[in-house]
Amino acid sequence: MDTARRQFLLSTLKTASAVGLGALVLGLYSRQSRALPAPALRPPGALAEDDFLGACVRCGLCVRDCPYDTLKLAKVGEAVALGTPYFTARDIPCEMCEDIPCVKACPTGALDHNLTDINQSRMGLAVVIDQEGCIAFQGLRCEVCYNVCPVRSKAITLEKQHNERTGKHAFFIPVVHSSDCTGCGKCEEACIVDGEAAIKVVPLTLAKAGGSAHYRFGWKEKAREGKSLVAPDTEHQYNLPEGMRYDYEGKGLIIDPQPQEGLPVGDVPADALESLNRKGAP
Amino acid sequence: MDRQRSWWQTYKYLLLRRISQIGILLLFLLSPWIAQQTGVWVMKGNLASSLTLGMLPLTDPYVLMQSILAGQWPVSTAFIGAAIVLVFYLLVGGRVYCSWACPINMVTDAAAWLRTRLNIKGGAHLGRETRYWILGFTLLLALLTGTIAWELVNPVSMVFRGLVFGIGLGWGVILAVFLLDLLVRRHAWCGSLCPVGAFYSLLGEGSLLRVSAYQRAQCDDCMDCFKVCPEPQVIKLPLKGETKGVGPVITSGQCTNCGRCIDVCAKDVFRFDVRMHNATHNVLAKEVKEVVS
Ligand code: SF4
Ligand code: SF4
Ligand code: SF4
Ligand code: SF4
Repeated sequence: MDTARRQFLLSTLKTASAVGLGALVLGLYSRQSRALPAPALRPPGALAEDDFLGACVRCGLCVRDCPYDTLKLAKVGEAVALGTPYFTARDIPCEMCEDIPCVKACPTGALDHNLTDINQSRMGLAVVIDQEGCIAFQGLRCEVCYNVCPVRSKAITLEKQHNERTGKHAFFIPVVHSSDCTGCGKCEEACIVDGEAAIKVVPLTLAKAGGSAHYRFGWKEKAREGKSLVAPDTEHQYNLPEGMRYDYEGKGLIIDPQPQEGLPVGDVPADALESLNRKGAP
Repeated sequence: MDRQRSWWQTYKYLLLRRISQIGILLLFLLSPWIAQQTGVWVMKGNLASSLTLGMLPLTDPYVLMQSILAGQWPVSTAFIGAAIVLVFYLLVGGRVYCSWACPINMVTDAAAWLRTRLNIKGGAHLGRETRYWILGFTLLLALLTGTIAWELVNPVSMVFRGLVFGIGLGWGVILAVFLLDLLVRRHAWCGSLCPVGAFYSLLGEGSLLRVSAYQRAQCDDCMDCFKVCPEPQVIKLPLKGETKGVGPVITSGQCTNCGRCIDVCAKDVFRFDVRMHNATHNVLAKEVKEVVS
């Protein structure tokens, strides 16, 4: 091989490996920046995060068409993947525009154009994340999140519970239902506590448990089948010693008082020591 | 001595380019305000994808290509936008993107100017072919990671988007590119590293509008064009290759169609022309030569 040719190959190799090294670093970095920080929510209709990062060209057309300035593009130095659109519910939530202009504006489909009903969007899921901080859990009547929710009394319901402390009042506990919550964040914005909200919208992947396929809820199975799935309910036979019974109505195990030799049947006398002494006496 | 060239003749294309670069930026920047006043959106989005006057979609074919390699199939708007952009640059020259639209170009031009003024020499060697390797790896990364990984660090979109949508710490990137071009190598970023420019240079290999050294016979070897050109290697053959049978048109896609050579040449050797006018013996040049002599 002549020198010029060798020189050329060598320098090409050098360039290729230097660039390759840079690409490797960038590749690793891109893996890391795949994790969307929890407070950042994607616009309505956004594809699943992995797909979104391949589909969104970071043009900001969705940002421009949002009438409420909800959406922002991630800047250098922010934790969200550079240039991608997101919103922070506590600052400006999504107002759930009926015509969904952000989705219509997206030229790539990173915001799925099949989303035509904003109530079907799932930007995240609201969770009463700090029950100690939520004043409804303290027995106060708040219900602000319940009232601002655009999917009112479906996404959030108020569940009554007995307030043991006062004995005569009820708690009105906000409970979020993933069947209807769009993750718009109106509740998080409105939550009356100072600073961080007690109810927060978090990404669905974080909010939803993985499921419990191994477990069957008897009452649900029964309702679905219209009858019990196991052999018809029979009265359970307990093999109890004499003087004990089992109450099926809820009282559980009952021990009947037993007459004992030398002891007076009936109530224990007021002076128990006295009766003991009497027993031992000749 | 030839006739005196006016100030306008010497700075014409530089000025027009700056007006174009800043104008595009300003249009994107002011459009939200204009829309507020008049209800008309002039330009919306950024260089990655945009909508002009509510009807003309434009999409950067390079970023779209990465998206497709990442395994996504965009909706038609992006394809229409990319097709329009492709046709446009195939007509006017691929790297017209660099010299007439890209905001980084102003930074690198400023760095090159200052480097000459301060007479900074040396620095690291960076091969001009490095950018094609980088281009290749950005496409490979999209394929392997399933994301548009290059957009996490792309200074071009970072700066343009930053200026239009809020820049954050993006100023640091501008400074980094400036220092790179000032201290490491003249036009290090655009000339050796930038894969966006590399992509558009490939388009330029087939584009219609080109600069031509149509009056190369008049060249008096002052070297002004070589000094001012960001890609001087592209000038050599078209300007000096008549004896080797090379035509006067600068066919290399690396030429940015910036027109600075046209500006600075005291002998009016260059002009914009079409690719096809590339006969080795330019009739026009001959005529001029005859007239001059
Ligand atoms: S639905 Fe409306 S408010 Fe919500 S992000 Fe889209 S444009 Fe903005
Ligand atoms: S409009 Fe679509 S491609 Fe553009 S930034 Fe928004 S989500 Fe991304
Ligand atoms: S995020 Fe809150 S306000 Fe929005 S739908 Fe869900 S519960 Fe309602
Ligand atoms: S050859 Fe002329 S037009 Fe092309 S890049 Fe150089 S100076 Fe600009």
